[in-house]
Amino acid sequence: MSSKTVETLPEATVLFAGDSGDGMQLTGTQFTLATAHAMNDLATLPDFPAEIRAPVGTTYGVSGFQLHFGSVDIRTPGDEVDLLVSMNPAALVVNLDRVKAGGTILVNSNSFGKKDLSLANLDSNPLEDGSLDRFRVIQVELTRLTRETLKDTDLNQKQIDRSKNMFALGLALWLYSRPIEPAQRWLETKFARKPEIRDANLELLKKGFHFGETTEQFVTRYEVTPATLPPGRYRAVQGVQALAMGIVAAADKSGLPITYGSYPITPASDVLHALSRYKNHGIMTIQAEDEIAAVGMAIGASFGGALGITGTSGPGIALKGEAMGLAHIMELPLVIVNVQRGGPSTGLPTKTEQSDLMQALFGRNGDAPMPVIAASTPGDCFEVAYEACRIAVKYMTPVILLSDGYLANGSAPWLIPDPDSLNDFEVTFAEKANATEDGEDVFHPYIRDEKTLARPWAKPGTPNMEHRIGGLEKADGTGNVSYDAKNHEKMTRLRAEKVERVQQEMKPLEIFGDEDADLLIIGWGSTRGAIEAGVTRALNAGHKAAAVHIRWVHPLPADLGEVLSRYSTYLVPELNNGQLVRILRDEFLLPFEAMKKIQGRPFGPSEIANKIAEMVG
Amino acid sequence: MSDNDSNKPEGRKPTLPPGMGQPSGKKPTLPPGTGKPAGRKPTLPPGAAKPAARKPAMPPGMKPPGGAPPPGMPSGDGASGLTRADFSSDQDVRWCPGCGDYAILATVQRLMPELGVPRENLVFISGIGCSSRFPYYMNTYGMHSIHGRAPTIATGIKASRPDLDVWMITGDGDSLSIGGNHIIHIMRRNVDLQIIMFNNQIYGLTKGQYSPTSEVGKVTKSTPFGSIDHPFNPIALVLGADSAFAARTMDRDPKHMKTILKQAHEFKGTGFVEVYQNCNIFNDGAFFDFTEKATKSDRAIFFEHGKPLTYAGGTKGLRLNGFHLENIDLESGDWGVDDCLVYDETSRELATILARVYWREDLPQPFGVFYREDRPTYDAQVNDQVQSVIKRSGKGSLEDLLAEGDTWVVG
Ligand SMILES: Cc1ncc(C[n+]2csc(CCOP(=O)(O)OP(=O)(O)O)c2C)c(N)n1
Ligand code: SF4
Ligand SMILES: [Mg+2]
Repeated sequence: MSSKTVETLPEATVLFAGDSGDGMQLTGTQFTLATAHAMNDLATLPDFPAEIRAPVGTTYGVSGFQLHFGSVDIRTPGDEVDLLVSMNPAALVVNLDRVKAGGTILVNSNSFGKKDLSLANLDSNPLEDGSLDRFRVIQVELTRLTRETLKDTDLNQKQIDRSKNMFALGLALWLYSRPIEPAQRWLETKFARKPEIRDANLELLKKGFHFGETTEQFVTRYEVTPATLPPGRYRAVQGVQALAMGIVAAADKSGLPITYGSYPITPASDVLHALSRYKNHGIMTIQAEDEIAAVGMAIGASFGGALGITGTSGPGIALKGEAMGLAHIMELPLVIVNVQRGGPSTGLPTKTEQSDLMQALFGRNGDAPMPVIAASTPGDCFEVAYEACRIAVKYMTPVILLSDGYLANGSAPWLIPDPDSLNDFEVTFAEKANATEDGEDVFHPYIRDEKTLARPWAKPGTPNMEHRIGGLEKADGTGNVSYDAKNHEKMTRLRAEKVERVQQEMKPLEIFGDEDADLLIIGWGSTRGAIEAGVTRALNAGHKAAAVHIRWVHPLPADLGEVLSRYSTYLVPELNNGQLVRILRDEFLLPFEAMKKIQGRPFGPSEIANKIAEMVG
Repeated sequence: MSDNDSNKPEGRKPTLPPGMGQPSGKKPTLPPGTGKPAGRKPTLPPGAAKPAARKPAMPPGMKPPGGAPPPGMPSGDGASGLTRADFSSDQDVRWCPGCGDYAILATVQRLMPELGVPRENLVFISGIGCSSRFPYYMNTYGMHSIHGRAPTIATGIKASRPDLDVWMITGDGDSLSIGGNHIIHIMRRNVDLQIIMFNNQIYGLTKGQYSPTSEVGKVTKSTPFGSIDHPFNPIALVLGADSAFAARTMDRDPKHMKTILKQAHEFKGTGFVEVYQNCNIFNDGAFFDFTEKATKSDRAIFFEHGKPLTYAGGTKGLRLNGFHLENIDLESGDWGVDDCLVYDETSRELATILARVYWREDLPQPFGVFYREDRPTYDAQVNDQVQSVIKRSGKGSLEDLLAEGDTWVVG
């Protein structure tokens, strides 16, 4: 086919970076699609600037999309970048520390003029001053080549320049031997009604692909053979999509209508966007006037016999706190989704963090515990959303679901689940009296189920079941307002005990790695991939380590204590200043060591592997 | 002039403002230079064409009266076969003796059997405050929620269960202070439910701080030197938020209250009813000017759609002079009922003018339905949208959704 040598790699990490206007997210998404078609395992990390349209060429306007793929088990978007595609100096400056020594940097050499350099706060040109000597730099005149390719079209200069990402995409696809057809198909549908633009983009894509073939700058082309994934039908899925589909699955299996109340906030808005498209699946969405209204609407819906769900990020949870307590004392089903971002306050709105765990566990007035479930991979968001809904209804309690920006926006190949394999989701509404009072049959809304301690759910419209609930303490059984001291203690304990009983629903914990190790790593949420990949590396390097991942952060799994007793040293990596670690210390009084990363970025496997080496090496 | 330029006397129990209650007995003197020839009836201002001839039939949004007894009738067996007692819960009512809340509860309980709504379909949602204890006393479905948030909960239940008959109970602090954001949004959405706002111009439950409707100068525990906050005019506020139905009534006139509540219920959309309610513990007599026998007929006007604005037993009226209302003496011989403004509750302009008659020394406080506008309700629309999507794309299949987009097979 050509004079190029082909090198087969087990895995590779590519990062597309440029200005927000350069279409890097789109380029990354299309490269991901091609990679999925090449049947590699993969993980992605989109990285957006907080500003929507920051001034062109500045470092704070840089948008990136990182993709890690391979024929091996891929658990994270990659530690170190093998190929950085950099559309301008700012993108180079921002991402240089992520490129591994000896890695390749592909730059648009037409964008390294004086002005571009000064926008990126550079005094000298990195292409000339030797600062990139550690890397293999490939200079491509992306702007000029793009203009040349499209010079005979009717597109204006701006339209032409905006298309250069397709040239870059074509080139990257060639470099890693990815199929070009998925991107071609996508362009054909996307611009079906704008043939000018469609043809220009298709032309550039092809030109970029062929450029790799003909230019002498590339002597090697790479190949990554298909991964050995469990058999079945796959698709690429983002965490937000999976979460939304988990909610649809809950509606489908339970037969309950779902009302989703939300107020837009990054990175949770996409859940609202996704669910708004699922009206024909029995999902009603309401964009409320604020987060308090959003949770109030969900509570109202649950009182009416639908399942109320509300979604937001940390700042929104802060506003919902009082209403969440109301749902707790009224004992109504409710799911509260927190797609976490960097905090406190507005913090790092577009970056990921796990710093709302304490808020989820304790962020309410009074003793108001509720089950807290955390998703660990983009695909896991599906099952976690389904389980959150199921438990909320089965135990008549609000349930908090923790996701984060990394899971929400990241994507991974997903073995499409069989709905029949999901846990049963049955709902029974109370329709009959459950007590007698002065010889009369009456309904008492706070008589509990023996196994779950859940109270009955009687929905308005059911004759003879009229009852009042509210935020005031209620008498055990009757649910009437009660200020009795002993009753308050009893009810507080009952509500907590009910939440504890969710332990009954958990599968036994699974140990990853070497069960005989002394060191156990305890993780929760989106760090799972990095921890397990790090453990794998450590094992390969001869360091013994094991890991356990916690899905239900509250209540903690019943068998966790027994699992812990089999190890002697403990590491708790978290993307926060140490939260789960405090819970564990409090609960088990063991010497848990915290591993904290608070940079708005996920852990990389090497960070975990290095830490293991330091502890057991 | 602002609403409250002629507010109640500051910081003390209202007595009759000086010069009040005595109708001028003669035509208002005109400012010099306005040159109205004396002795001649003024012509109508432009745009205020005499509506008297246009006696509206059924106000828009009204359902034809069914078998239910006419409004204001004493309660007996209603259309549902239930009585007032069927709507009283077994809980002791715990308001202070003499509180105006009792009258509102009794009126609502008397109204219920007349509505013909099955008891199990009635839902009362409240916030927090003395007034918001209301749902506990109704033998219906109910929720006593959190401070200010009842509109959100009521919206959630009505949107997902449009078959239910939802009533929202709130106070002046609950709805206009902490819940201010929600009250304006429920208005613009026009969710089909009734809101009864107990306005006692005070925070009752927290023991007597001034509220967003308290008059300037109010001396309370938190304002020992008098409040400096400019008060809200609730009707004007909700009209500003595009309320589709706004009315005012009082605890001391159960008959009027019932008529108004019934109209609010018949209205398809958010029926907002402000009820002047006496808090005899922390703000006793706040509305006595309007509610007590001695002054009521002079200081309150009960207006109705399609009827001329008259008060004081028909001896006085209100006429429109430009954009301003002024009182006229119908016994002086200079003015007749024909000179009075005939109220049209479908006119946003008239509603705005009348709503701004607020604690005025020269004009009576208006009670009645200020505004009524037929427009689609939120609950109907949100459900219609779901139905139309189902119609267009069919009932969604979970399997299809999961396998949407590009897929590939391994193994
Ligand atoms: C979040 C919150 N803040 C404050 C309070 C205390 N609080 C209870 S009722 C109330 C004011 C109630 O006034 P209003 O709505 O006018 O009702 P009223 O008691 O006069 O009927 C306040 C401030 C509360 N319950 N919750
Ligand atoms: S404090 Fe006032 S409003 Fe509250 S119950 Fe007593 S009298 Fe009524
Ligand atoms: Mg009040």
